[in-house]
Amino acid sequence: MITLSHYIVLGAILFCIAVAGLFINRKNVIVLLMAIELMLLAVNTNFVAFSRFFGDVGGQVFVFFILTVAAAESAIGLAILVLLFRNRSTINVAEIDSMKG
Amino acid sequence: MSLSLSILLTIALAPLVGSILAGLFGKLIGRAGAHTATILGVAIACGLSFHVLYQLVWGGAQNFNQDVYTWFEIGNFHASVGFMVDRLTAMMMVVVTFVSLLVHLYTIGYMSDDPGYQRFFSYISLFTFSMLMLVMSNNFMQLFFGWEAVGLVSYLLIGFWYKRPTAIFANLKAFLVNRVGDFGFLLGIAAILFFLKTLDYQTAFDAAPTLVGKTLQITQNHAWDAATVIGILLFIGAMGKSAQVPLHVWLPDSMEGPTPISALIHAATMVTAGIFMVARMSPIFELTEGALSFILVIGSTTALFTGLIGIVQNDIKRVIAYSTLSQLGYMTVALGVSAYSGAVFHLMTHAFFKALLFLGAGSVIIGMHHEQDMRYMGGLRKYMPVTWITMWIGSLALAGTPFFSGFYSKDAIIEAVGESHRWGANYAYFCVLAGVFVTSLYSFRLLYMTFHGKERFTVEHKAHGHGHDAHADHHDDAHDDHGHYTPGVLEHAPHESPWVVTVPLVLLAIPSILIGFFTVGPMLFGDWFGKAIHVDEANNVLGELAHEFHGAFGMGLHGFTAAPFWLAFAGFAVATYVYLFNPTVADKAKSALKPVYEVLNHKYWIDELYFAVFAKGGVKLGEGLSKVGDAAIIDGAIVNGSAGLVQRIASGTRRLQSGFLFHYAFAMILGLILLLGGYWLIGQ
Repeated sequence: MITLSHYIVLGAILFCIAVAGLFINRKNVIVLLMAIELMLLAVNTNFVAFSRFFGDVGGQVFVFFILTVAAAESAIGLAILVLLFRNRSTINVAEIDSMKG
Repeated sequence: MSLSLSILLTIALAPLVGSILAGLFGKLIGRAGAHTATILGVAIACGLSFHVLYQLVWGGAQNFNQDVYTWFEIGNFHASVGFMVDRLTAMMMVVVTFVSLLVHLYTIGYMSDDPGYQRFFSYISLFTFSMLMLVMSNNFMQLFFGWEAVGLVSYLLIGFWYKRPTAIFANLKAFLVNRVGDFGFLLGIAAILFFLKTLDYQTAFDAAPTLVGKTLQITQNHAWDAATVIGILLFIGAMGKSAQVPLHVWLPDSMEGPTPISALIHAATMVTAGIFMVARMSPIFELTEGALSFILVIGSTTALFTGLIGIVQNDIKRVIAYSTLSQLGYMTVALGVSAYSGAVFHLMTHAFFKALLFLGAGSVIIGMHHEQDMRYMGGLRKYMPVTWITMWIGSLALAGTPFFSGFYSKDAIIEAVGESHRWGANYAYFCVLAGVFVTSLYSFRLLYMTFHGKERFTVEHKAHGHGHDAHADHHDDAHDDHGHYTPGVLEHAPHESPWVVTVPLVLLAIPSILIGFFTVGPMLFGDWFGKAIHVDEANNVLGELAHEFHGAFGMGLHGFTAAPFWLAFAGFAVATYVYLFNPTVADKAKSALKPVYEVLNHKYWIDELYFAVFAKGGVKLGEGLSKVGDAAIIDGAIVNGSAGLVQRIASGTRRLQSGFLFHYAFAMILGLILLLGGYWLIGQ
């Protein structure tokens, strides 16, 4: 029997993987974007799980919105990435530190 | 009948108007306009002052005491401008305006080619206004105003030739030394306000007896008598203004100013303001034996020891300056033995003969083309007969020759000191008697060195191509301008001064001879001053002398048999022998008495002492404060320190902003964990 806890643990694991991806990855901006997507998916998993558990469809409706927005956001993110590569000829995260104080 | 306010206002304001006209519109009205305006102003004041004196003495007018104008009000404190005119005031007004008028006249000749002509006239008229405000005041506030205003004008005039470093040094010195006195004076006025709750003369004098028994806790274990504290503090003010030891150091240096100023301000009027003030405050001073003894000792020290310095001076003006110090000492001694009218009487006679001596010295200086050193004079009597005769009259009066005005005032002071039993009176008696000899010695020394004996200068006509009067161009910076200046060498023969210079001399010589004879009876021994001067019956030494007084003529005759005359005669004899007949004696005495000569020539090293202690000390203190207070604390710690702190904090925090996204994300997560962990811990 799969219970709510399983879903929440799954969401937490996904989120932790995403965070780890953010921290550990020092090479590639694309991986950063993917990690962010993964974070959103972890949240979505929780939404669906709670929606099912409480019998409230609102949560699932929310997931649709989030997926839509996430898709748009990824598109913008990738577009920025393309521009970044054009200007700096690199997408290495360790080299992008022009906001340094 | 009473005095009219409008007359008094005119007396005070006419010189002010003249001063403003000459000072602010000097360019517009020109030289002639400037001296006409100021002389007219002072002449009006002088004429009306004589009128006021006449009204008070013969016209039966009542004393005038009225507030004219409210100066300012703070809470319950009310400061007003007002006039109190009684015989004491009227006499001062006459002396001030009369001497001032003659000095104005004299200035036309003395300053004839000075570029600062209008400025000079403006200053001396302003001085006359300030001095009148001082003497006519009916309250302490206005007295203080006049006191400071005359001090200011004195400062401006000592430094009149502001391009000379010595003049600037002298006026700064005068200003600073006077500040010391003024500090005491201000504290004295504050003490009067504290104890008597008023600054109005009449109210304060009426309430003065309530001071008896009141004390002031100044030091830990000793409560000071209120009247003594007030008396000493007020007298400290007088010590500054009237140049008493140890605040006398500024007066000899003030001779850097033009000679008319030395006559008007530093001999006849301003320096006597302290004497006048103490006489005016007699109801307060009479309450305190202690303060009067203090005054007596200070005065007698001044009278003898500054006179001694006069013997070794070679600058003609400085001899007279030390003589002024000594005579001011005599006046102070008279105050100290409660002979206030004696002090004021000597003030009056001294004003005439000392102004005469100074103006005469100025005339000599003009005649000698700005040579002031008596070692390069001699035999001038045939070049400048009017100056010679008037200077003799002034010196005879100063030395106390019977029937001259100085005799009556000085002899009365000496006898009053002899009568007094106050603490310090014996010392004072010795000082004033010895002072007579000293006075006579330096007076005749001055006359002989200047007017008699061999000429110690040569006249060399140089090819300058300028006219006879062109020497006056050098007024501005006297000797400095003479690149070729050599002592004792003149470009032109000495000459008698123009009439604007000699007429004031003659006009001053007349009262120098006569005024004592005619006024000694009523002013000194009669009740001439009325209630203006208050003397306790127990202290009334002049009252006791009055029993022996049988007319001015008798006093003069009796003078020939008294000790002071013979002392003066001894001084005359010594001076005559040494400086007229046998000048080598002076040099021999100088080397024989070298230690004494050195002490006198260095003026007891008081200047050096003050310079080392106060001036150097002040500079050191300033340096210390600048290094520690300004550079270290304010600049170092507060200004640069706070900036440095911000910089250090910022350079630490800027390391946090690495620019790497994962650092920020890590910080966010860490923060979140800490926050949640915190909540969780609290929840536990």
